[in-house]
Amino acid sequence: MSRKIMTVDDSATVRQMLSFTLQDAGFEVIEATDGVDALEKLKSESIQMLITDLNMPQMDGIELIREVRKTPGNRFVPIIMLTTESNEQKRQAGKSAGASGWIVKPFKPEQLLRVVKMVLV
Amino acid sequence: MTDRYRETFRDEAGEILCELETALLELEVSPGDGEAIGRVFRALHTIKGSGAMSGFDEVANFTHEVETVYELVRCGRLPVSRELINLTLSARDRIKALIESGGEIDDARTKDIIAAFRQYLPEEQGDALSIPSDCRDITYHIHFRPPADIFLRGINPLALLKELAELGQCRITTRTEAIPALEEIDPELCHLWWEIVLTTTHGMDAIRDVFIFVEEDCELRIEAAGQGEERDRTDVGIRTPDQEPSAPDTVSSVRVRSEKLDSLVDLIGELVTVQARLAQLASARADVELDGVSEVVERLTWELRDQVLNIRMLPIGTTFSRFGRLVRDLGEELGKDVVLSTEGAETELDKTVIERLSDPLVHLIRNCIDHGIEPPAVRQVAGKPPKGRIHLAARHSGAQVMIEVRDDGSGIDLDLVRNKAIAMGLVGAEADLNDKELYGLLFHSGLSTAASVSSVSGRGVGMDVVKRAIDELCGGIDIFSRPGEGTTFTLKLPLTLAIIDGLLVKISGDFFLFPLSAVEECIELHKTDAEKAHGSNLVTVRGEILPYIRLREQFTIAGKPPKIEQVVLTEADGQRVGFVVDEVVGEHQAVIKALGRMYRDVRGLSGATVLGDGSVALILDLPQLVQIEESLAS
Repeated sequence: MSRKIMTVDDSATVRQMLSFTLQDAGFEVIEATDGVDALEKLKSESIQMLITDLNMPQMDGIELIREVRKTPGNRFVPIIMLTTESNEQKRQAGKSAGASGWIVKPFKPEQLLRVVKMVLV
Repeated sequence: MTDRYRETFRDEAGEILCELETALLELEVSPGDGEAIGRVFRALHTIKGSGAMSGFDEVANFTHEVETVYELVRCGRLPVSRELINLTLSARDRIKALIESGGEIDDARTKDIIAAFRQYLPEEQGDALSIPSDCRDITYHIHFRPPADIFLRGINPLALLKELAELGQCRITTRTEAIPALEEIDPELCHLWWEIVLTTTHGMDAIRDVFIFVEEDCELRIEAAGQGEERDRTDVGIRTPDQEPSAPDTVSSVRVRSEKLDSLVDLIGELVTVQARLAQLASARADVELDGVSEVVERLTWELRDQVLNIRMLPIGTTFSRFGRLVRDLGEELGKDVVLSTEGAETELDKTVIERLSDPLVHLIRNCIDHGIEPPAVRQVAGKPPKGRIHLAARHSGAQVMIEVRDDGSGIDLDLVRNKAIAMGLVGAEADLNDKELYGLLFHSGLSTAASVSSVSGRGVGMDVVKRAIDELCGGIDIFSRPGEGTTFTLKLPLTLAIIDGLLVKISGDFFLFPLSAVEECIELHKTDAEKAHGSNLVTVRGEILPYIRLREQFTIAGKPPKIEQVVLTEADGQRVGFVVDEVVGEHQAVIKALGRMYRDVRGLSGATVLGDGSVALILDLPQLVQIEESLAS
């Protein structure tokens, strides 16, 4: 069974980079453009991991994380947030919302895979 | 507590130092051998690490200096030279001395050695050597206790532990104390925490990276092993992975004091005796049910006996490896170039046999180097390679182990032996001795063929000591030599001293036991034949005239011998001698019991064993019986 990872980012470049890297590593990827889109898609998809940007229109990352943690199937799912700046406040907010970890943008494919490995058993 | 660690460390360090020595000698032969370098380095590293943890700070500090130099060697920045090997060997001896003395030892020599090692270090580094981090194994203790709600953040500690395990050799202990009673468990919380011992070449940063997402919320301590406060924490039961014996595929094992094993063997001995009694009882009663039980007990007893004796079996290799150094040092001292090769190091022998074998082997090897191997110049003239070779080989042969000590030296000059023996009055000038008997003369105390006395040998002590030691082990020794080609000593030893195969005989209701290994055959002795020989105590076996000893007379046993007696023909000391007994009962597996303080010095007996019916059989010491008879005759 290939494992599904949902990526949420409003930038197509970032989504593409995430998809390429994760698909190369053997994961199935579901892309979402923002929090609302993500929550909508989560209703019909069961995922093993979520990677989300923080600054997004409609519903930002922090909000998304909080909402995802409320859905019964995703209480324990690993969530990685992408932060453009190493903003300590944002990071803490994300953590208290329930994020498992973070990656600082820009990042290299191998950094991404390493983080995925660290949270995905 | 500390004392126990110190003792464990002492035991362990002994093994590691042996390994270190072996590796060093191998390294000397092939200086570029990366594997040998690795072994040297690991040995040093382990001694340093466990030394520091067991309170041997001096040892740890000293070893650190040596290790520092070998780090350069390992990284290929320093070539291996003979001087370095010499220095390291002396450092190894120093470590041994430091451990044995518990650190109280004059430290001038220690400082000298340290100074010599520092010479190898590049200038700018001095004693605070910085090592490229990618070539250094460090052991860390990691205490990791995640917050209870870690799952709710979507983090599974298992992933972190797996990640950690990829960094290096990793041993993880799960602590379960905090798990509440079943009815109170909240399955969404994490109640576990972990103690991890990780040996890795990646630094502290790499370890921290693994915990980066949880570091702020969890209890996390990462400490390099061997640092001050670490010592108190060893009682958590953590052992660093490289504290294990250095064999790469170590099976998990338990260290047990050898006395415990000895008493276990004693108990098995008792059990074997009781079982024999049970078997006898069962057959006397003709009770089928009892017979059944008795047979099962018998099977279990033998199995148990074999298992327990097996535990005491050790490979002889540890003894062999010690000789590498001996050969090298002696060769150097005597100006001879000698290498040692070994074969069958995995051959297993009872621990007690191995322990008591060490000294005789040392004597034999010394003899080989001193008498056997010629100086390089002489060897070249004789068309041999300048490097002399001593070969140690061990192999199983039935219930015995054969150990060969072979040199490719000058061999034994039998004429010289004969002349020496005649000069000493050991044999008459006209005595017609065969080769075997001549070799036997070498075991006489005082006889040495060395032209001059050296510090190593030549005083004639040695071979008789070897002989005695081997006799005590119920073994035998053979010599085979070819002038100009070398000499081979073959030791024949029993696998174990606890139980022997014997031949049970009876004289007037008393039982005696011959070690079966010495028995060749049994023949009948008719009263009329004995009388025909006019009391000469000789018997003709297939044309060969052999002397016999009447045990009834030697032990002054009262009573009349039967009309037809039995002669048990044995071979001892290269001599065939018969022993006259009343009756041969049969083969018997005997559990050897010491004779106790009162009878320990009785000559002619080596021990006793208890038979199935509870009666005692005395075990005969054949070479001694022959000696007694000879001294009576002369």
